Amino acid sequence: MSEFHAEATQWNRRDFPTAAREVLQNSQTRKNVKHATTVIQAKRNKVVAELPDWEDLREAGAQVKAHTLRHLDYYLKQFEENCTRAGGHVHWASDAAEANRIILGLVQQHQAKEVIKIKTMTSEEVGLNAHLEANGVRPIETDLAELIIQLGKDRPSHFVAPAVHVNRHQVRQMFQREMDLPDLGDQPEDLAAAARSYLREKFLRVRVAISGANFLIADSGGICITESEGNGRMCLTLPDVLISIVGIEKVIPSFRDLEIFLQTLPRSATGERMNPYNSTWCGVHPGDGPKEFHVVLLDNGRSPILADKEARQTLQCIRCAACLNACPVYHQTGGHAYESVYAGPIGAILTPQLNSMSEGRSLPYASSLCGACYEVCPVKINIPEVLIHLRGKIVREDQAKFTGKFSLWNIGMHAAAFLFKDASRLAMAEKLGQVGQKALVSKNGFIEWLPLMLNGWTQSRDLRAMPGQSFRDWWAKEKAPYADNSKRDEKSSNG
Amino acid sequence: MLVSLFITCYNDALFPETGKSVVSVLERLGHRIEFRPEQTCCGQMHWNTGYLREAVPIIRHFVRVYRDAETVVVPSSSCVAMMRDHYAKAAEMDGDAGLVAEINTLLPRVYEFSEFLARKLGIEDVGASYPHKVTYHASCHSMRSLHLGDIPIRLLNNVRGLELQPIQNMQECCGFGGTFSIKNADVSSAMLADKVRNVLETGAEVCTAVDNSCLMHLYGSLHRQGAPVRTAHLAEILASGDGARA
Repeated sequence: MSEFHAEATQWNRRDFPTAAREVLQNSQTRKNVKHATTVIQAKRNKVVAELPDWEDLREAGAQVKAHTLRHLDYYLKQFEENCTRAGGHVHWASDAAEANRIILGLVQQHQAKEVIKIKTMTSEEVGLNAHLEANGVRPIETDLAELIIQLGKDRPSHFVAPAVHVNRHQVRQMFQREMDLPDLGDQPEDLAAAARSYLREKFLRVRVAISGANFLIADSGGICITESEGNGRMCLTLPDVLISIVGIEKVIPSFRDLEIFLQTLPRSATGERMNPYNSTWCGVHPGDGPKEFHVVLLDNGRSPILADKEARQTLQCIRCAACLNACPVYHQTGGHAYESVYAGPIGAILTPQLNSMSEGRSLPYASSLCGACYEVCPVKINIPEVLIHLRGKIVREDQAKFTGKFSLWNIGMHAAAFLFKDASRLAMAEKLGQVGQKALVSKNGFIEWLPLMLNGWTQSRDLRAMPGQSFRDWWAKEKAPYADNSKRDEKSSNG
Repeated sequence: MLVSLFITCYNDALFPETGKSVVSVLERLGHRIEFRPEQTCCGQMHWNTGYLREAVPIIRHFVRVYRDAETVVVPSSSCVAMMRDHYAKAAEMDGDAGLVAEINTLLPRVYEFSEFLARKLGIEDVGASYPHKVTYHASCHSMRSLHLGDIPIRLLNNVRGLELQPIQNMQECCGFGGTFSIKNADVSSAMLADKVRNVLETGAEVCTAVDNSCLMHLYGSLHRQGAPVRTAHLAEILASGDGARA
């Protein structure tokens, strides 16, 4: 199927405008994304409106997360202590390579050739599947959307609904081919039944499971996972060994705090009042569930974010993806244009920061700053504010380089700032503009072509030419002579 | 009341009719208006594009020009949003506590135009008459930063002869976003295409908003397509007619 990238589980690292241009030409993908996000967002708006204390829940969630991040060292150590006491094993991974090494080592200790997985974007972040495959271990995704991505050799485009860019007709074709089911129908029940019989056998056979986590609970050492399909519950209970890979920012102080997040997360993520499956577990228990339980705590670029006062709120994210579903940019491009496991507005701030601003540098600009993301965020991450902060970092870094200092953008922005510091310069520039624009203005009074970067505007838009008289000229001619400005002049001379 | 106008940079150069309309509406309502020719820009383009340090002198200039003003009225919600959401932060970043204090004293006296009418003056009928089919685009900053709610709609509903046409997805961004429209021209154009489709489906003759930036963007496409829809800032609609109130 041409829509799927052959063997393309790696990100291409193209910049956002380039990758977006390609997606914008794929009308099927755009249709799928727009349809799915519209449906989820409508459901989300409906169930959020049911809660009279929604704004209080947002505030409470933000406060709990911000508090935990300020004392992250304390809560992580508390989690480690309590998890260990309950019979779990806690591992610390400073980066992706270390996390992969730890997990592969555990899998090999048990001579496992296969592992079953619950959807975990953190494992996508570290490229775990590729690492396991390269070492002779076959990872089997059990979340329906992740299974679709895996069978299609595709990449996730949405971290709650990874296959949001694919429709059921495309899924049917893939299942027909990959599961050898030539007569499969395309009704949702047909597809679910096919996936179920494909997966059941694996749940019963495979002895090692890998999961992520929604929350680490410090005061009990417990872990919480919310899901819709029940595949998670299977992976958490049937295998002998369970390995959970979790970003360090996922910790919350106590079980009691779930009261907030188990209301806000499902409503924000899937438009459900409650997730069908909410699993919390603590260590190991003889005769019940896995015999061995490991948690891999992943840093992988999170600590430096914590150190940045302006951007720290990025780590409050509970991965609900409400910002993706609300984002007018994401509606157009879907997730692949972000070239990152974390797409959409949160991806635009998270991805470059996780990579110390060395990758994803175009992402902070992939937003019109419309604020729809902040409006829906259940933990009140002011994404537009962080986007601007990151743009500021990028501009400053670029200005330190010769090519950045002498770029058209930098020169243009400095020229504009020079004009805006003094109205007489601005008035002069307006006059020059009124004359200078003549070469560009068409007979109809509009500018239909602009040079250099301004050409981006005229590719789809005309621009009104500057009228011969600015407001300030009109005021000076028509109004100022009759206004009593004596009081004003006296004041401005003091300023 | 003495009202000081802040006619933001692009309104000054490209849309002088909007400023004139603000003058006309406020004069009709019996207020004295002044324009301070020292004024320039709010600094939003620099700030939002990441030129944070470069935005600070522009912000300082604004504060210097208006610090003694009784009331400042701005016919652009995004410029007011820039002030309320970012000015204090910019001054803090610059380490200028004096400027922070001046900003905090000045900003409560700064209003977006429709906000000034409805919230400060308590007026929703300015006596305008505009016998046209009109649709309203709710700009992002007017909704999510200024929380204007239905103020512009209430003002429009009181205009004689105006038929307000509801629009699908009124709250979705038009795709302008300042330099976003250039840096991400393809995505911006795709967003605009959706917005323009929604505008055309209303059957309105005129699309209005409280921001000429969105309208400049929208009209850029409408003009390119030769579509029979004009754009007009809310102030221009409210300035039409003789101003006689019921």
